[in-house]
Amino acid sequence: MSSWLEFTQRDGRIPEYPYPIRYDVENKVSADVLVLGGGIAGCHAAIAAARKGVKVVVVEKGNVERSGSGGSGCDHWQGVCTAPFSKVSPTEMAEALHKNNGPYDVGFVHYIQAKESYDTLLDVEKMGVQIRDVNDEFKGAELRDEETKIMFAYDYENKHTARVMGHNMKPSLAKELQQVGVKIYNRVMATSLLTEGGKQGARVVGATGVNVRTGEFYVFKAKATVLCIPGGGRLGTFSTELIGAASLFPCPLNTGEGVAAAWKAGAELAKGGGSSAGSGPFKYVDYAMGNVDHTWHACTIVDANGKEVPWVDRDGNEIKTVSGRYYPAPGQKFIISIGQIGNSMRLSQRTDWPAFYENRWPWLTPDLAERIKKGEFVLPLYADLTAMPLLERRAIFGLMVGNESKSRYPAYYVLTKGGFDPDKDMLQAALFEPDRYPLQAWNVGVNVPQWREYGAGGLLVDWDLKSSLEGLYAAGGANFGGGEHAGSATNGRYAARHAVAYAKTAPEPVIDRKQVEAEKARVYAPTKRSSAGLGWKELNAAICRVMNDYRGSVVHEKILKAGIDLLKDIRETEYETVGAANPHDLARILECDTFLTLGQVNMHSTIIRKASSVILGCNRLDYPEMDPPEWTKFLPMRFEDGKVKYRELPLDFYLQPPYAPTYEENYKQHCLL
Amino acid sequence: MSDKVYMVPNPIMPGITVRFDPEKCSGCNKCVEICRTDVLMPNPEEGGPPIVVYPDECWFEGDCVGVCPIPEAITLVHPLNRTVVMHWKRKETGETFRIGMKNPPPPNTRPALGPPVA
Repeated sequence: MSSWLEFTQRDGRIPEYPYPIRYDVENKVSADVLVLGGGIAGCHAAIAAARKGVKVVVVEKGNVERSGSGGSGCDHWQGVCTAPFSKVSPTEMAEALHKNNGPYDVGFVHYIQAKESYDTLLDVEKMGVQIRDVNDEFKGAELRDEETKIMFAYDYENKHTARVMGHNMKPSLAKELQQVGVKIYNRVMATSLLTEGGKQGARVVGATGVNVRTGEFYVFKAKATVLCIPGGGRLGTFSTELIGAASLFPCPLNTGEGVAAAWKAGAELAKGGGSSAGSGPFKYVDYAMGNVDHTWHACTIVDANGKEVPWVDRDGNEIKTVSGRYYPAPGQKFIISIGQIGNSMRLSQRTDWPAFYENRWPWLTPDLAERIKKGEFVLPLYADLTAMPLLERRAIFGLMVGNESKSRYPAYYVLTKGGFDPDKDMLQAALFEPDRYPLQAWNVGVNVPQWREYGAGGLLVDWDLKSSLEGLYAAGGANFGGGEHAGSATNGRYAARHAVAYAKTAPEPVIDRKQVEAEKARVYAPTKRSSAGLGWKELNAAICRVMNDYRGSVVHEKILKAGIDLLKDIRETEYETVGAANPHDLARILECDTFLTLGQVNMHSTIIRKASSVILGCNRLDYPEMDPPEWTKFLPMRFEDGKVKYRELPLDFYLQPPYAPTYEENYKQHCLL
Repeated sequence: MSDKVYMVPNPIMPGITVRFDPEKCSGCNKCVEICRTDVLMPNPEEGGPPIVVYPDECWFEGDCVGVCPIPEAITLVHPLNRTVVMHWKRKETGETFRIGMKNPPPPNTRPALGPPVA
């Protein structure tokens, strides 16, 4: 007996909502440092702040023990450049990532990561995460450093990315949070930032929250706030119908309340006009299908007749051995870490993108699609683990798939209990058009250009990871450069150091009661309406439809402006009819209000840049020129006096005055270590 | 199951997501507490297995399975539209298998690497 349908048909009773409903309760909480979001960035931020002896509060929509995209595991830890075995310096790594991720990559966020990644890795080891091959299961393997017993991914020569057995990463962080005395508020969704005098653009003095189980309200007052809630999901190709919340790769709670709150508070956002390909509900179980990327990197691929698909290096020369796939090509300094690149991954396979050449990783032969179409390779393709050397096989299927986020139970154990044996079996890859195999990750499935996912960018931050608002810092996916596990962890710690430094001398924060009341009215409005009509899913789907139609793969200003107006209209029309059945429902509905805001932010961002962009995923009919230099810059945007305002910032502003010209110098001046 | 036939809508998709074995489940509700999206709600009958109320909000990452102290009390069940294409082929024999097949092969018992959950 498991489902609601089974229970209710047992004797015709509908169970009552199990949690006490307390819409009328307001909790007041004070802190020196308030951390919004208890994911990887938030946990590291909170721990770093608490270790400095200040009072820290974490606000988390789920449960810190497993929340966020890194909640259910971690298989690789990127950027360990300061480790004794690494041959890549932090500057080299930051510069390579910047070049390979495209011009909008935020180099200093990566530099911070490359400087602190190894230390942070050692820190999580002390918290109980296994980062070394302590049981000597990989003794003698090329992928292991004999002295430290740390294992590597992607580049065994340069050793800048470690493989870790991070399945218990979050529980270890949660335990540390308790031990350092952080006060944790689980099941509380942050809903707004509070500012001095309730004014937009003023110092941030705290935040509001609502409990997603009981509906009670929270007013958090803090000297400094670290925003660790990443930008939005569920905007674009999203549907729960086929695969529930797995329609999203990141955590389904990542709906962007933090970015929306910062926007409304008057903070500057950057990179808001982006879109990326997303197949939403048509995705396959991540890492549980035959695959050749990320976690499955360098696996031998064969066709239906067992014929092996050749691997080639960046110059197109065939790599004859499995081992060769993990080393740089002749003349190549180092291979970039695949997981860092995300959306740009497939761009790197394009030979017309010279920036990627230097650190491009080896891959399957680039004419794979043609050879499938000609009949030389017959579908389906298979990931042939049996053809991999034993220790490489174990690394992929036992270590990586056993520890990556969302893969130990959904992939490793579902397959293992189903009888799959990597020593004997080849895992079938998903079937789609041959042309798509080189263009997308194989778990993504059907991925047509019209199906997009939209974010709203992140907070513009400086070398202190401080936003444009006093008292507000941003780390992880919340800032315009962040995301990814080790990046979030390191940036979280760094931002916290600055938040603590500010908190130590900051004046006492004062909450503006009118601002709180206005926010309470917004938050509780759905509870005053009947829940018998449209539910949040219908509303969500409608917002997605507007994004796909008005901010689709091809746009122009008139359409974007109409889209902004339409989203505003939906808020004043259909949104007003959606009522919350209970606090859980209320949270889902409020998330839709966030999407209405973020959708508008994305459209405004798109309008401002009078150019098309390959990197940002934007095709403008009215400005078709792709990435012209005069528009290839940051355009930080903010909401002020009812208007959207923006300014220009060069892409390398963080290496220009008033900053020093090198990463190293700036880090020394700003790291607070 | 009651003898009555009720008016019920189509089962929501994805349907099951997590299956409880009521004989094994102790009703400790650790899974309820860990689930990020509150897919699971505590059973009104104490000691009874949780009820899957929001399968459409399930991320299928399996943290509920991970936190459960009783082996096999919870099973993660992927939506059929995903498992039906999870196939593999035995290299030596060419035999093919899939998740959900009739007469599945015996389960493999090799554990994932790394420590169990702290």
